[in-house]
Amino acid sequence: MNLFHFVAENHQQILELTLEHFWLVGISTLLAVAVGIPLGIMSARWPVWNKPVLGTANIIQTIPSLALFGFLLPVPWLGDRADRLAVLALTLYALLPIIRNTYTGIRAVDPAVLEAGRGMGLTDRQLLLQVELPLAAGVILAGVRVAVVVSVGLATIAAAIGAGGLGEFIFRGLAMVNNQLILAGAIPAALLALAADFGLGWIERRLRLQ
Amino acid sequence: MELNPANQSAIEFSEVAYTLPTGQPLLSGFNLQVRRGETLLLLGRSGSGKTTTLKLINRLLVPSAGDVCVNGASNANSDIIQLRRSIGYVIQDVGLFPHFTVERNIGLIPRLENWPAGRIQSRVQELLHLVGLEANLATRYPHQLSGGQRQRVGVARALAADPSILLMDEPFGALDALTRDQLQREFLSLQQRLHKTVVFVTHDLREAMRLGSRIALMDGGRLITVLTPQQFMQSTNDLAAAYVQAFADGFDFGANRGAS
Ligand SMILES: Nc1ncnc2c1ncn2[C@@H]1O[C@H](COP(=O)(O)OP(=O)(O)OP(=O)(O)O)[C@@H](O)[C@H]1O
Ligand SMILES: [Mg+2]
Repeated sequence: MNLFHFVAENHQQILELTLEHFWLVGISTLLAVAVGIPLGIMSARWPVWNKPVLGTANIIQTIPSLALFGFLLPVPWLGDRADRLAVLALTLYALLPIIRNTYTGIRAVDPAVLEAGRGMGLTDRQLLLQVELPLAAGVILAGVRVAVVVSVGLATIAAAIGAGGLGEFIFRGLAMVNNQLILAGAIPAALLALAADFGLGWIERRLRLQ
Repeated sequence: MELNPANQSAIEFSEVAYTLPTGQPLLSGFNLQVRRGETLLLLGRSGSGKTTTLKLINRLLVPSAGDVCVNGASNANSDIIQLRRSIGYVIQDVGLFPHFTVERNIGLIPRLENWPAGRIQSRVQELLHLVGLEANLATRYPHQLSGGQRQRVGVARALAADPSILLMDEPFGALDALTRDQLQREFLSLQQRLHKTVVFVTHDLREAMRLGSRIALMDGGRLITVLTPQQFMQSTNDLAAAYVQAFADGFDFGANRGAS
């Protein structure tokens, strides 16, 4: 049976697992954005937070993914369902590039621009929302882009704890020494990563043009 | 609380000092009164504390000692945001918002003050005209402007909400001689119409003589003396005399030619 036949017979399941994969990556990215951007802002605003926040994110990044799933397993509500666990783990991994780029992007804003804004009577909040974040948007988005591409790959491992996604094909293929199965998981995952990279890259370029 | 007699100072420094957290004093024993409607030129060499003085007026810096009053009220008791919005500020590096068009740069404070859109738009047009810019520049971004145009936008932005006080930190310093000359001329005619209280920083005596109703000479974080341009030319103060001498040397072509 070649890959073409496999796809023809299993397109339903491929589609399902791709959607599941997309969902895992999408939710975890949203969560990482919701947590990471404020943390990045915090460390840019108050330098005391810089070391602990970036340090913690860095350490999380160095934990092997399978081990992280294992560590999180005994956590009460989370450990109940594999997809919750997977989403949390992916969120934790996605934090570093988002925090780091938010921090870098805000820090890169021209001090003269900030001084002008402050001198004109912008409040801290207005300065952040009208000046710092818009000017940092391109760099922040670049961080999100890195996070998404990495997440698409990492999410295949979520199948190891039964959270679904395209990793199911890959693990099944590994167990059965079936290359077609492995490719049926790997190719859609790669396409997903490419599409996300391209789409976010396009938005990023638009933002930087402004 | 408007107990403003007409002759009251617009800005008053009393015994102001500013010391860095490291303990290094940048300004000390500073006393200065800026009269309503005058153009006071702060003259001094690089590092003498001119920018520091300006920032104490709009409270970008907080004095370590003494008091700065604006329109009769101590800055220590004023709402900082309101204070800053009532003072136009043109910074040394222009600092236009690169992601905003000219129009939005100029209209930012009016927009934050919730002016109706129509009024902001007509104000922007009015200001562009006032600073000598074409109306069609309104939709450009700062990087699409020349240095001189950017400076003009900076001035227009500072004037947007019609502040009674204008702080200008070497606004024409980075321009070529001819453009600077033109902007100085325009500044004078603008000031004749608007009668703002202006504190204008420069290190160029020529600019100070031309624009200033009075010149405040600074050195090493201290105010040396405040003189009218006429008094300045005749001053026996060493530093003032040195400025006048350096100014005169600029025209001394003969010495050079004779030596060669
Ligand atoms: N945040 C700071 N930390 C350390 N030194 C500072 C700081 N701000 C200003 N200074 C120093 O204080 C002195 C006065 O600075 P200020 O910016 O007021 O000078 P200035 O007269 O405006 O000079 P210029 O004409 O070059 O703009 C300078 O020696 C400067 O190096
Ligand atoms: Mg300066």
